[in-house]
Amino acid sequence: MSGPALRRTLPRDKIRRILALIRKESYQVVRDPSSIAIGIVMPLMLVLLFGYGLNLDVKNVPVAVVMEDSSPDARELAAGFQLSPYFDAFLVSSMPIAEQLLIARRVDGIVRIRSDFSRELAAGSADVQVVVHGTDANTARIVQGYAQGAVAQWAARRGAEGRAVAAPPLAVQSRLWFNDANDSRYFLVPGLVVLVMTLIGALLTALVVAREWERGTFEALFVTPVQADEILLGKTIPYFIMGLIGLVLCIAGAKILFHVPLRGSIAVLIGVSILYLLVVLGIGLVLSSLTKSQFVASQLAMLVTFLPAMMLSGFLFDLRSMPTAVRMITYVLPARYYVALLQTLFLAGDIWSVIIPNAAVLAAMAGGLMLLSGVATRKQLA
Amino acid sequence: MIPKNGNRSSERIMRNVMPDALVRVFALIRKELLAMFKDRRSRVSLFLPPVLQCLLFGYAATYDLNNVPYAVLDQDRSAASRAFLAKLDGSGVFVRVANLYAAGQITDYIDNQRALLIVQFGQDFERQLFAGLPAQVQVIADGRNSNTAGVALAYVGAVAEAFGGDWLSGHGQSGPPITVTMRAWYNPALETRWNMIPSLIGTLTMLQTLMLTAMSVAREREQGTFDQLLVTPFRPSEIMIGKAIPSMFVGITQATLVLLVAQLWFRIPFEGSFVTLYAGLVLFLLAAVGIGLLVSSFVATMQQAMLFSFVLLMPFTLLSGLTTPIGNMPPVLQYFTYGNPLRYAIDIAHRVYLEGATLAQIAPDLWPLAIMAALTLPVASWMFRHRLT
Repeated sequence: MSGPALRRTLPRDKIRRILALIRKESYQVVRDPSSIAIGIVMPLMLVLLFGYGLNLDVKNVPVAVVMEDSSPDARELAAGFQLSPYFDAFLVSSMPIAEQLLIARRVDGIVRIRSDFSRELAAGSADVQVVVHGTDANTARIVQGYAQGAVAQWAARRGAEGRAVAAPPLAVQSRLWFNDANDSRYFLVPGLVVLVMTLIGALLTALVVAREWERGTFEALFVTPVQADEILLGKTIPYFIMGLIGLVLCIAGAKILFHVPLRGSIAVLIGVSILYLLVVLGIGLVLSSLTKSQFVASQLAMLVTFLPAMMLSGFLFDLRSMPTAVRMITYVLPARYYVALLQTLFLAGDIWSVIIPNAAVLAAMAGGLMLLSGVATRKQLA
Repeated sequence: MIPKNGNRSSERIMRNVMPDALVRVFALIRKELLAMFKDRRSRVSLFLPPVLQCLLFGYAATYDLNNVPYAVLDQDRSAASRAFLAKLDGSGVFVRVANLYAAGQITDYIDNQRALLIVQFGQDFERQLFAGLPAQVQVIADGRNSNTAGVALAYVGAVAEAFGGDWLSGHGQSGPPITVTMRAWYNPALETRWNMIPSLIGTLTMLQTLMLTAMSVAREREQGTFDQLLVTPFRPSEIMIGKAIPSMFVGITQATLVLLVAQLWFRIPFEGSFVTLYAGLVLFLLAAVGIGLLVSSFVATMQQAMLFSFVLLMPFTLLSGLTTPIGNMPPVLQYFTYGNPLRYAIDIAHRVYLEGATLAQIAPDLWPLAIMAALTLPVASWMFRHRLT
């Protein structure tokens, strides 16, 4: 009954068939609590976690100040640490006590003022020893910087009072463009948009399509008059809409809850997000058509989309500092281009020289993957 | 996998001591392992990803910078500013991409991400240095990733410090009166990798172990074989053990692979004892498998198993201290982390691997894991029979 002559019917029938498939898929989405969990609960949870939970700004670091010298100079330096907003300093009398505290992780660092501190200072050069707990290397380095700053400030204050310390000859004055307050939320919250879109796009699509293959319901669809491209559209449009809902939830959360500025235009943001969504949907479709197994498809989707979006996209870690081989891999990953777009659109504005090349790469990837998934599905029809 | 002959003979011995229960559990474990490894693709997908991820993240997941592009706006053009720039270029961290002529060019370089930093010297930089006035170096950083920018600024600060010291001693004045000597315990070069790779021992194994467990039960439910299993003489606790042990076996193998990569490829020195580390890992995997089984008792399909375990794994990973320190989180969320097995696993891995902690020292991490396992495993096995649907 479904000969090729019959299939080449009016475009109206084509639309009707696609709509029917969308309806069937939408029922499946709405009736399965796990789709709602990943489409609505997950974005909300991530917005809250990224906004409140993840924080790279180090403040109130607990440190032990070892006072082996009790001269006024030493006490003054220790007070510098106690007054600093970056430290939560408490005084201990000996190094072994401080070391015990460091081993127990009660403090993250030790500032040691040796017994001959004020004598050496009078002689022209004194030394302060700083020990940090190196397990968390990033925090440790920031603590080192703060400690250096606290000592330098104390020296500058003494120098200004005309006492026996020369002020450092130069000062670095720094300004952070696009993020004056140095708030890590400003780059973490836009970054989570990429995670949400990747999860909904790639992981969910890979699972639902692989399930149809696994259960044999795809073959059942093939014997109906529905054509391959119609199946693909009917499958992707509901998840595409879910991805857009996730996007809106993230943008609203970022703006309303965390006041992250959106300096670019919202139209461009939505436009490039649609491109990225098409790319990850395409990856999900291709993976599921190739593997036809829910377990393998979901593992691969995690491996090639989600984890790279987290680690290799430039959202947390600087791409330029990665070894060349790893950097080459990042050029193949769509997340890299999307993160560049998101960071620019949220924090810098509509800078077309950044937007156009990145969006062009995403568009090319989307086109290529859609073609590929069409081929992968059609082959199975024969 | 279990060697065939060894299994047979041990079965015969067991039959005399504790006849049925153990024999049944062994049979179930064997069946489970066969189901897991019969397919080449799932064999590969269990053991290749941890190794690949460990290698990739070992190189990629670092906050250390080594290739920071910067541009210079030198309005002084003096020997002093050139000396400063030479120090910056020689640091191995910064790469100069351009010499700017006008302040108007700065926007272009920052906006288009051609430079992460702009280093600017005013006209009187050298004059002020000679006059003993505090000379100023202005640095503008691209704050789109403020963490990267902050680390880069700290490097500039260190270069300025070194330059200042050299300047003082080079121009007849005494050296800087106060020096700060830095030492970092357990990670002398402060490499992020030393922090990251041991964390991955727990993170990568949990990702797959929890999902594998949840999905193996869900697959049986979806295909209807779980009901068949329930009508056999197996007790629910035996089914639970039969499902848990193969997953733990996979988890231990994955952890060992990551450990091998850490030591043989990245050469991160192992300070502690393997017995302590594996004791912690076994407890951690018991908790992870327990959570996986608990998820599986709530779900009807593999899709639900996968997505629900993912919804759990996300906060577990984010609130574990893997990417951002737990101490920075607000107190409410810090309380949440006490229910997160990964938090303890990462702490165990760090303390045993980098600090050489003993079993007694990691006890505060061990008992929460034991409690989690003791709660989740029995509840999961009870749920096998008492599900509502």
